Amino acid sequence: MKRFSQLIQELELSNKTNDKIAALVSYFTEADDKDKPYVIAMFTGKRPKRPVNTALIKQWAIELSGIPEWLFSESYSSVGDLSETIALVLPPAENAVDKPLHQWITELAQLQGETDEAKKEYILNAWNSLNTQERFIFNKLISGNFRIGVSNKMLVNAIAKQSEEDSSKIMHSIMGKWIPNEITYQELIAGAHVNTDNSWPYPFCLAYALETEPENLGETSAWQAEWKWDGIRGQIVKRNGELFIWSRGEELVTDQFPELHFLKEELPDGTVLDGEILSVKDGNVQSFSTLQQRLNRKTINKSQLNDAPIGFFTYDVLEFKSNDIRQEPLSQRRKVLVDIISNLTTKDIALLSPVIEFDSWEKLAELRETSRELNSEGIMLKKLDSIFHTGRKRGDWWKWKINPYTVDTVMIYAQKGSGRRANFYTDYTFAVRDGEQLITIAKAYSGLTDKEIKEVNSFVNKNAIEKFGPVRTVKPELVFEIAFEGIAESKRHKAGLALRFPRIARWRKDKKADEINTLDDLKQLLNSTI
Amino acid sequence: MFVYLGMALITFTNRGIYCKQGNFYIDPWHPVDYAVTTHGHADHVKWGNKNYLCHDLTKPILKQRYGLEDNVQTLPYNKEIDINGVKLSLFPAGHVIGSSQIRLEYKGEICVVSGDYKVEYDGISTAFEPVKCHTFVSESTFGLPIYNWQPQELIFEQIKSWIADNCIKGKTSILVAYSLGKAQRLIKNLAGEYPIYVHNSIANLNEGFAEAGVELPQTIRITPEIKKDEMQKGIVIIPPALADGRWVKSLQQPAIGVCSGWMAVRAGRRWRSADAGFALSDHADWVGLLSAIKATEAEKVFVTHGSTAVFSKYLNEIGISSEEVTTKYGAEDDDEIIGEASENPLKEESK
Repeated sequence: MKRFSQLIQELELSNKTNDKIAALVSYFTEADDKDKPYVIAMFTGKRPKRPVNTALIKQWAIELSGIPEWLFSESYSSVGDLSETIALVLPPAENAVDKPLHQWITELAQLQGETDEAKKEYILNAWNSLNTQERFIFNKLISGNFRIGVSNKMLVNAIAKQSEEDSSKIMHSIMGKWIPNEITYQELIAGAHVNTDNSWPYPFCLAYALETEPENLGETSAWQAEWKWDGIRGQIVKRNGELFIWSRGEELVTDQFPELHFLKEELPDGTVLDGEILSVKDGNVQSFSTLQQRLNRKTINKSQLNDAPIGFFTYDVLEFKSNDIRQEPLSQRRKVLVDIISNLTTKDIALLSPVIEFDSWEKLAELRETSRELNSEGIMLKKLDSIFHTGRKRGDWWKWKINPYTVDTVMIYAQKGSGRRANFYTDYTFAVRDGEQLITIAKAYSGLTDKEIKEVNSFVNKNAIEKFGPVRTVKPELVFEIAFEGIAESKRHKAGLALRFPRIARWRKDKKADEINTLDDLKQLLNSTI
Repeated sequence: MFVYLGMALITFTNRGIYCKQGNFYIDPWHPVDYAVTTHGHADHVKWGNKNYLCHDLTKPILKQRYGLEDNVQTLPYNKEIDINGVKLSLFPAGHVIGSSQIRLEYKGEICVVSGDYKVEYDGISTAFEPVKCHTFVSESTFGLPIYNWQPQELIFEQIKSWIADNCIKGKTSILVAYSLGKAQRLIKNLAGEYPIYVHNSIANLNEGFAEAGVELPQTIRITPEIKKDEMQKGIVIIPPALADGRWVKSLQQPAIGVCSGWMAVRAGRRWRSADAGFALSDHADWVGLLSAIKATEAEKVFVTHGSTAVFSKYLNEIGISSEEVTTKYGAEDDDEIIGEASENPLKEESK
């Protein structure tokens, strides 16, 4: 645990990727071999079932620290992290125990099914034998939610560097199905488990945003253009008679989309398709807000199946006849894909994402302007001779998104952030004008620089009108331009509509609060998009 | 803004804490005729008062920082004087060198204004002394149960091993600390192994202290002549305002360690582009505040800057009658350090 605790501290204090990778490399060189698979599982979000629920943990911490619940809540809102708050308010430990990380994790897993009393005894004992930083980590082990600014890519790069293995192989390996207590670090690096596993997906190939004019990409004939769909990027894996649907978040979502289960019968074994899970009705792609009704549901009712039927727009084929064909050029893969889709008996559910015909960049730019009519976010440009890269790589694939919608709003509430920003007002609520009233339209907490955050923070401190717990009502004075990707009707919001992906585009210091947009402006936009 | 019945020895006015019977103010933020000063930090000293009264060791600070000399009267600790019938004496607050709690007594009623304080002895500021009183005015900078300091020996061990590690890696160790207080505390407790280089603002104060008879270990004033690879082998101490500046970046492989109570929380550590955070504070922690307040046996506690609302609510819950008051304290010193007293809406103005 001490070595892991040191790693966490190093990762937290550094904001340079190279330093973080160095810290990871030295961890994987020095740490107990048995700990390593657990650390990899944790950092890649492979979460064990939570052995004790949060409410109990919180209750025990309050009990032990002897402070009233409201004071605990105040502390929490100042710290911004529950595990850390608990670690800080507990009385000092009376013992010191140094167990390896894997032992802690195993012991916690064994609490599953125990009585609350037994769980409490174990947790209280642990708290009483760990220092503040170790307690924080222990609490994170319980929640299993360890977000520490290490991306999968960074982790893979570090392991690849440490083991001198190929990074795409490692990515494969850690993305597959494995359980930390059944695999050694060496086996994991060697990818021993992935060959016998029918489900493993390939790492997605991702695109950077096009920052220049497309003319700079050269001849149009070297490029394939497709619509950039606004759904859930997914991979469909069919091997040995089994079907798996993966989302880009590396989650298995097979059960959520029964419409696609026919592919289990119709796709040949050893096929992996890349595409977008969308709601498709009568051949038309519906908006993301329609698709949203279908996401993360345990059960799906008839009307949802009816209103938001699922389709899969295929982009690419990564495995065919059990061969990894990612190194073949896109033009070749597309031919294979066309064959696969045309051989399906069930039509109109798994479709080819159409290729856009164009002979000049100007023509394509014109077509791009029509993206929204198709519920698309813009255009994807892929080089015809490109391989299917692992992760994000500059040059072969570009996303050329349409500009977001924008609206001028005024800030009316501010709340302190969490984590790194726990001491600053960083979460803001914005309003537009509705007659004499201001009406809340969006909440956003990204898009400002640290310097601007400080400035807003000092404004909030000086101009707070009311306090509601951690929220401050502020004088409606600061005008922000909010960018968003879409707009939908919403019964849950007072304004009757909701923005998709709202974020701060700019702080409009040049504008006054009476120059902001009105609710009617947004309603007009809503009507024009339906 | 607050009116206490008959006996009130102090009132909170928009100029500062006022003693009507004695006709003087304590740490006023607008100029007055007679100001009693708890300590030399900028949020407690305003320029322009006609007369100042402070501890002997606060005088060199007022001289050095504000050019105040002729109109500054001083007192040692534990010596009583009479101002218009009010008995006034100073007791050590343990916050920084010269920091004092102001004890007032009038017709048997005792009131203590503590300014800023910490209960742990830091090796350089006279150790905090609890004073029994009827009314106590307390800060609450770290008035949340999440703030529990480790003994300073442990923190200095961590700082020393961080410096040793930097030396091995060829990095320059830069410690960020307030010029008044934290800097002297670091110098006193880190002296010996490595030469210590200090910024002008610290060197000037140290000279003032030396003249007043405070013994401090030897330090080197940073001047353009000092070579950067020389400092690489030592310890560099700078005030917070310089931590993000160009000069620091120009040093050889700078490693920045911030010394502040705010470093106890991860958010505080990560906000700054610091390489290390050490939770070393000149303010009382949660337990320190509570023990200090209980030791006064005060019937009434006024809570000034910090987590005022929360802390005073808690005091009331545990049976100590308390009230929060709005003051302009809490901006501390030098420049802001991230996370500092962001609860205090007046922080920006008090700089």
